[in-house]
Amino acid sequence: MTNGLFFMRMRGILRKEFLQILRDPSSIALAVVMPLVLLVIFGYGVNLDAEHVPVALLAEEQSSFSADLVSRFELSETFAVHRVHSMTEAEQLLESRRVDGIIRLQDNFTEKLQTAGSAPVQLIVNGVDANRARLIQSYVAAVLGQWSAMRRAAGDPAAHAPVSLVSRVWFNEEVESRNFMVPGLITLIMTLIGILLTALVIAREWERGTMEAMLVTPLRRIDILLGKIIPYYLLGMLGMAMSVAVAVTVFDVPYRGSITALFLLSSLFMLASLGFGLLLSAAIRVQFVAAQVSIVAGFLPAFFLSGLIFDLESTPRFIQVVSHIVPARYFITISHTLFMAGDVWSVLLPNGLVLALMAVFFLSMAYRKMSKRLEG
Amino acid sequence: MAVLQRIMALVAKEFLLILKDKRSRFVIIGPPLIQFFVFGYAATYDLKDVRYAIHDQSRSSLSRQFLAKVQGNGIFRLTEELLSQEQIAETIDREDARLIIHVGADFEERLQRGEAATIQVLADGRNPNVALIALGYLGTIVQSFNEDLVRQGLAPPGGPGLQLIDRAWFNDNLQSRWFIVSALGGIISMVVVMILTSLSVAREREFGTFDQLLVAPFTPGEILIGKSLPGIVFGLMDALIFAAGAVLWFHVPFRGTLAALVVALLLFIVTMVGVGLLVSSLSTTMQQGLLGSFIFIMPAVTLSGLATPVENMPHWLQQADLVNPVRYIIVALRTIFLQGADLPAVWPHIWPLLLIASVTLTLAAWLFRARSV
Repeated sequence: MTNGLFFMRMRGILRKEFLQILRDPSSIALAVVMPLVLLVIFGYGVNLDAEHVPVALLAEEQSSFSADLVSRFELSETFAVHRVHSMTEAEQLLESRRVDGIIRLQDNFTEKLQTAGSAPVQLIVNGVDANRARLIQSYVAAVLGQWSAMRRAAGDPAAHAPVSLVSRVWFNEEVESRNFMVPGLITLIMTLIGILLTALVIAREWERGTMEAMLVTPLRRIDILLGKIIPYYLLGMLGMAMSVAVAVTVFDVPYRGSITALFLLSSLFMLASLGFGLLLSAAIRVQFVAAQVSIVAGFLPAFFLSGLIFDLESTPRFIQVVSHIVPARYFITISHTLFMAGDVWSVLLPNGLVLALMAVFFLSMAYRKMSKRLEG
Repeated sequence: MAVLQRIMALVAKEFLLILKDKRSRFVIIGPPLIQFFVFGYAATYDLKDVRYAIHDQSRSSLSRQFLAKVQGNGIFRLTEELLSQEQIAETIDREDARLIIHVGADFEERLQRGEAATIQVLADGRNPNVALIALGYLGTIVQSFNEDLVRQGLAPPGGPGLQLIDRAWFNDNLQSRWFIVSALGGIISMVVVMILTSLSVAREREFGTFDQLLVAPFTPGEILIGKSLPGIVFGLMDALIFAAGAVLWFHVPFRGTLAALVVALLLFIVTMVGVGLLVSSLSTTMQQGLLGSFIFIMPAVTLSGLATPVENMPHWLQQADLVNPVRYIIVALRTIFLQGADLPAVWPHIWPLLLIASVTLTLAAWLFRARSV
């Protein structure tokens, strides 16, 4: 008998919630349109790799050695070379940011090679973007290394480097930053849907007075909460599935894990985010404030403190400690592993467990905060 | 005269609305401040504490000499010494280490015979930026080790070699934090301004008090000015506080002029208020206002060059990005802080903001009128 009543109540409230969502297109826009827009932007726009880096190349000497080195830079895909004829010209280009670096071979290049045994190659980078500057430095060093290797292969015995480095990259052999960014983006999308949508949903009912109307119905607190969770969970999972599909088909991001693992773990993350949003909404009851808190405490931490773009291990200790309470952090680790490595349970299990605990915690706190009394 | 009186009345009402609610007062300055400091510390591309493991099959004095160099570098942190090849896969999979350095058993013998030797490094590609930079550092360590070998007489002086001498302009120590923090203030104040402005009109619409505004002797233009002022004031206040925080707390150098900073920020904030009003004139509920703001903020921040360079984007995206106001303030802030630009120097970077502001404000005013009747 009680079971029948429960289903009757759920049917009622779910119908109301779905109708509300359908009648306000902004929720659907967030769950469907926003992920697509973000995927396009992140997929095409966000790229940490350095390609076609504009550099000014000043070769003060014309000799076969310098010509060889110059052509290496010109032919390389990494650099877009602008030949210049004076340091002033080069510096102007660097100042106006038309190039990101200056490479200079001085006029005694060949002489120094043959007498002193080593010739300096000068590189000046624009240090404003430190990360890019470092990448440019290592790329230039790589080109110089290739030059030395060629000379060794050509039988030049003196161009002998005793020890050389052989490196291999696992899981993301092409070292594409996109493979790193897009799974992270999916985490961000799910956070957006989970927290932003639900943060307003309960507060709105209080502000409009419809919550009072619900209080006089036979709906129990658990029914109201479930009525809020289920539709937004479905919306969120829909957004997630769509994002993963686009990532794999359009952006060629590899997905090496299993669908079950994805479904299970993303559900846990979705529930944790939903729980957090509902907790905010139930506790705050004023949309204006709930909106701002959800951005400050929900969205921005997911962007900055989760490892999405900035590597957590390089941040100060207290940041790393704080990041432990951000649910997105665990899902970022999970999604990077699922996409690039596969079902590595030794990574997936501990992170998944934390997400499960967070989901239980936030949802039960939201339940406690939802009172059936006007004073709350 | 009457116009001014009316506008002042409206502005007073708007400020009261925000300042009367204790939570609202806090939310204007508290969270932005917290975010600024927390994110200022979190936002770094510099590598620190890179966990690595070693598999040294040679166990010779030369291999130990090399590994000591790696450890002494300061950014690497040794977590484990592996004893067998099988452990390598497991260690990387489990993320116990991000790099594994493998020295073959014949390392020392080969070097002593005058033959070339190799050192193998296995890097976890799941974070490609970290992997690339760490490998770059290791490359320099190997080079320096080679030079040590020459000095110790264990290798012939490397013949025609090339020596890279590098220098970084504006940021000698390549502190990526400067790059991010100088621009961070602009981003956070933008979020505050947009949310505040877009929610304010939407809230009135949702509560029905907007209709009351309409029957009051205000023209839609006056309502617009009244609604934009709190956003401009709080936004500018926040942005200037963050600029001070960047210099005083994070020690980001400030090499430009105050005039350039204030003008650039003012232009930017006014533009963002325009966008916020545009969003709010299209929203009937606060949820729509919030989501609308978000649909603007997300792409704008992502494509602004804050975390990733605009130059890396495909050409068509860079063209589209020309209408992104955030992109201009980011360049302006960095040029002012780090390159020492004054107002004339930064003007070429910010005049597009004037254009965008005039378009959005006019559009917002028109939509106000259109949707008010």
